[in-house]
Amino acid sequence: MIDFTEDQLQRYSRHILLKEIGVEGQSRLLESKVLIIGAGGLGSPAALYLAAAGVGTIGIVDADTVDLTNLQRQIVHFTEDVGRNKVESARNKMLAINPGITINTYHAFVNSETISGIIADYDFVIDATDNFAAKFLINDACVLAHKTFSHGGILRFEGQTITVVPGQSACYRCLFPAPPPKNAVPTCSQAGVLGGIAGMLGTIQAVEAVKSVTDTGTLLTNAMLTFDALSMDFRKIKVRRNPLCPLCGENPSITVLSDEEQPVCDLKPHEAKR
Amino acid sequence: MKIKINGLEKSVDSSNPTISELLSLEKVEMPDYISVQINGVFAKSTDFATALVAENDEVDFLYFMGGGR
Repeated sequence: MIDFTEDQLQRYSRHILLKEIGVEGQSRLLESKVLIIGAGGLGSPAALYLAAAGVGTIGIVDADTVDLTNLQRQIVHFTEDVGRNKVESARNKMLAINPGITINTYHAFVNSETISGIIADYDFVIDATDNFAAKFLINDACVLAHKTFSHGGILRFEGQTITVVPGQSACYRCLFPAPPPKNAVPTCSQAGVLGGIAGMLGTIQAVEAVKSVTDTGTLLTNAMLTFDALSMDFRKIKVRRNPLCPLCGENPSITVLSDEEQPVCDLKPHEAKR
Repeated sequence: MKIKINGLEKSVDSSNPTISELLSLEKVEMPDYISVQINGVFAKSTDFATALVAENDEVDFLYFMGGGR
């Protein structure tokens, strides 16, 4: 266990007061490594809360630069950051909140060749991406590598999230065996999203990461939490591992990673590169 | 016929509809890209046109949500 400085005891005092976290849990947080894939709507609150919580090493992955249309919800980026690399912008704010942690930046989009190497170093992965190709790739890579992760999705006034403990609980493909065809399901840039929805969902994902690395409470496994902020109805849909799952079922057809062609939430015509 | 859809009791104007018929009765957007769970078991999408929904079944519609940035 870590020897806390007086400064750390003060900084983390509200965590340490929690009997479920305490000094031991805070110590685990400081020794933990969490990867956030996507430095946008979901990644912003996750990055800020995990930095503030004292997660010792945070990795953040994104190839994009900050755009004016991002600022309505991507709260880790400020107006002065427009045009900057998102990962650098996020790193700055995380270190401003908590200089005592390490931030690893990956200025790239994950693909089937790079993702396994990146996630290998981390204890928990947060899917904060905006497209199905990345969401399915993260699911597949984490399940194949037995890495616990949080799936998250948002659209308009709604959000959904599930935590996956590979080999033990239902994975994203148990629920959705394959991504929808390109352009079949609207994206945020086509259909819109309320900024605070990203905050609600990304914060839930950050809390799942903290619970997982400190072994606190019960993870959001085998249940998809969905909410509709228009009515503020929250619902947990119980699910279980699907024997027909193409990835973690009885006769898996997916044993290696591959990339799927997908549009990006904020894709602008001149950026068609993902 | 009474069933539960996404946790809420509903009276459906049909007896033993197929999943496809139920999706249409419920005016589900993009019924081709939805996951359906009946009493905790996912139905194969290729079975939507033939699998029947019975009285008191608990039906969950799960929608794709791909946003995040």
